[in-house]
Amino acid sequence: MPSIPPIPEPKRQREADLREAFLKEVAGIPAGEKIKNCIQCGTCTATCPVSRWMDITPRETVALFRAGMLEEILESRTIWICASCYSCTVRCPMGIQVTDLLYALKRLATDKKIYPSRFPAHALSDTFISSLYRFGRIYELELGLRYFLKTHPLKLLANIGFGLLMIIKGRMAILPKRIKKANEVKAIINRAKELEGV
Amino acid sequence: MEYAYYPGCSLEYSGKPYDKSIREVFKALGVKLRDIKDWNCCGATMYVSIDKIVACSVAARNLALAQNMGCDICAPCNSCYTILRKVNRYLAYDPEMRGKILEVLKAANLTYDTPVDVRHPLDILVNDVGLDTIKEAAPYRFDGLKVAPYYGCQLVRPEHHFDDVDDPMTMDNLLTALGADVVPFASKVRCCGGSLMTTCEEVALDLNNSILKDAEDNGAEIMVTACALCQMNLEGYQKKINKRYSQKHNMPIVFFSQLIGLALGVNPKRLGLQSMLVKPKNLKLIPKGMKVEA
Repeated sequence: MPSIPPIPEPKRQREADLREAFLKEVAGIPAGEKIKNCIQCGTCTATCPVSRWMDITPRETVALFRAGMLEEILESRTIWICASCYSCTVRCPMGIQVTDLLYALKRLATDKKIYPSRFPAHALSDTFISSLYRFGRIYELELGLRYFLKTHPLKLLANIGFGLLMIIKGRMAILPKRIKKANEVKAIINRAKELEGV
Repeated sequence: MEYAYYPGCSLEYSGKPYDKSIREVFKALGVKLRDIKDWNCCGATMYVSIDKIVACSVAARNLALAQNMGCDICAPCNSCYTILRKVNRYLAYDPEMRGKILEVLKAANLTYDTPVDVRHPLDILVNDVGLDTIKEAAPYRFDGLKVAPYYGCQLVRPEHHFDDVDDPMTMDNLLTALGADVVPFASKVRCCGGSLMTTCEEVALDLNNSILKDAEDNGAEIMVTACALCQMNLEGYQKKINKRYSQKHNMPIVFFSQLIGLALGVNPKRLGLQSMLVKPKNLKLIPKGMKVEA
């Protein structure tokens, strides 16, 4: 019988690091520890409205985590396809906070910069928070422009008509609106990052 | 009765009709909305994807600003509503995190000691104001109008806050009280995809197509929502959906507050109805007390 090759050392170390960071995130989620109660029933996958577009289903995500394959999870499109509708969370018979765990995985992926290839969905978060940082609020026109320029420039052209229609209907601002104390928001973000060491 | 109003970024522009109609309806019912001065973006589903402490601290600035106003917060956007409630929950759950967030708020000379409850206007209208009061105040009814109420996700999930997670009835009851004919609608809490319309359009188009189809199959003439992003996804992308799936959707999608406003006799323009992309048709307002012939 052929012997099973051992997991290469660098991979094991990387997995251990990811695991430690992930478990730290889990500890901060109310009822986060319930992940260990998963019975692999698949209710999360069945109830998920977008699981059929995922490369790894929500149930498989927990299975892969247990098998020590966090990196594979982070490389999957799954965590960025989750629209956070919380269907899985309210239906899980074991009370697992699936949506919040997927958020923890998104944070881990962002922190470690491990993303699925040719699937830039995570870029929206970066663009969004940059608007928040500068204006204190979201400037939708710039958000759309920057996100599509960064990811799918052709889609920008396809959406110009819709953007104009929204402007005509008074439902899109041409100029940003900065809050009076935008500096307060900046100070909060900077201080929080300082405390977190990021 | 008064509330600290947190409109959120969507309601400033893309969801402007929602903002206008909420203000008009509250005014007509004698409920005071006081704007939280200089509020900031709650971070929505985006900041939680990047950093939890930053996300919670940014959202907590709004809670801190509201705490001295002495009343609950009214947050009409489902995403703001969920995020602000979540921050309150996290603060109560994790003393370490609470300490960190309070420390961060000091950078803006803010404190947050007394938790402020965060409420959705639908909850406020039905549970604080009451269906009977609204019915009495409304000079018009929508008798015979076939409506599909669409709640979306984050209004009822993850918490059982004021309605059921699978089959919420608050909006159904409100519309029924105003005479509308609420059609059976299994997709009422099915996800519209939220920001997937930007990041993963093919998924979001499919989800919205099936929600629109469900409403049509059940005979709805109009859909009613309680969230700016759901409204935008369902209304703004019908042409794209029609092209992609060979459909003929032409479904008006309005905010529940716009319909209540009409029933209360508010001018349609003040409710932002002229800004809708799919014009609501057959919106016949029937004066209360008048019988409609079948």
